[in-house]
Amino acid sequence: MCFLLLLVACAPGVAQQSRPQPQPQPAPPAATDEFVPISQLPAQDQLPAAPLLVTAYAFVWVALFGYLLSVGRRLTKVQREVDRLESDIARGTRT
Amino acid sequence: MPKWFMPLAGVNAVMFAAAPFLIARADYESTMGLVQKIFYFHMPSASMFLLSAIVCGIASARFLFGGSPRQDRLAYAAAELAVLFGAITLVTGPLWARKAWGVWWAWDVRLTSSLMGWMVAWAYLLVRKYGGPGSDKLAAGLALFGMANVPFVYISVNYWRTIHPKTSVVPTLPADMGTALWFSFACFLLLFTLLLRVRVHLEEQRAKLDTLYLSLDE
Repeated sequence: MCFLLLLVACAPGVAQQSRPQPQPQPAPPAATDEFVPISQLPAQDQLPAAPLLVTAYAFVWVALFGYLLSVGRRLTKVQREVDRLESDIARGTRT
Repeated sequence: MPKWFMPLAGVNAVMFAAAPFLIARADYESTMGLVQKIFYFHMPSASMFLLSAIVCGIASARFLFGGSPRQDRLAYAAAELAVLFGAITLVTGPLWARKAWGVWWAWDVRLTSSLMGWMVAWAYLLVRKYGGPGSDKLAAGLALFGMANVPFVYISVNYWRTIHPKTSVVPTLPADMGTALWFSFACFLLLFTLLLRVRVHLEEQRAKLDTLYLSLDE
């Protein structure tokens, strides 16, 4: 009986001793719990800005020049047709 | 074309050539760095996009209620410019967002309402091209919706929780950033005026062509 009581009394201690001790958690890197300017991020986390910037400005120039060319081409075509019709009409009224 | 057109086009070309130097000289933004320089063309093109939608809407309303073909031509020209400047806005924005936010696109209220406005401008042009007789009035109705969307786009960042910068950012810019921005804005505003004029001229020539064909038939 005494043996049983002793066993019950010691069991939690034995169980606690046999449980693996939790490993100390490594401290989270500073970037996850506070503001870090983009320039101070590690190299692998940085996305190069220059290709994005160049693409953006290149797109603007291409879009604007493309549109200018398109309007110029359409205007020249219509203007040519107007001139042709006007000369046809003038010839028609003369004859 | 009016006499002022070519001199102003020359001035605008010089301004566009000078703009990159001012933009390069402006300070780097502390958190975003180099990529923030997209802002100097992104914000002015977005403003011209909204301005085009307003011009298109007002001209369409005047065409619907007054019946003036001149207003219809102006609306058609402005709708095309809304598509052009909207495309620039919607391409440069995600290129900036990829670096600043880590994503190309977010279904944020500012971005979504801008996309909607751009699609309305596209719808206007498609209705005009393929809608057949009466499409001018149908498209004018669409343009009113496009214009109604503009204040929504503008105030969206101040009223809803969004990742897009608020409108209050612009007045608080440091002097060199502000100079580069407002110079670019002036470039785009002048370009918008010139393109609108030349595009209206194209529509005038098309109307003249129609009149000439009709006179040939008679």
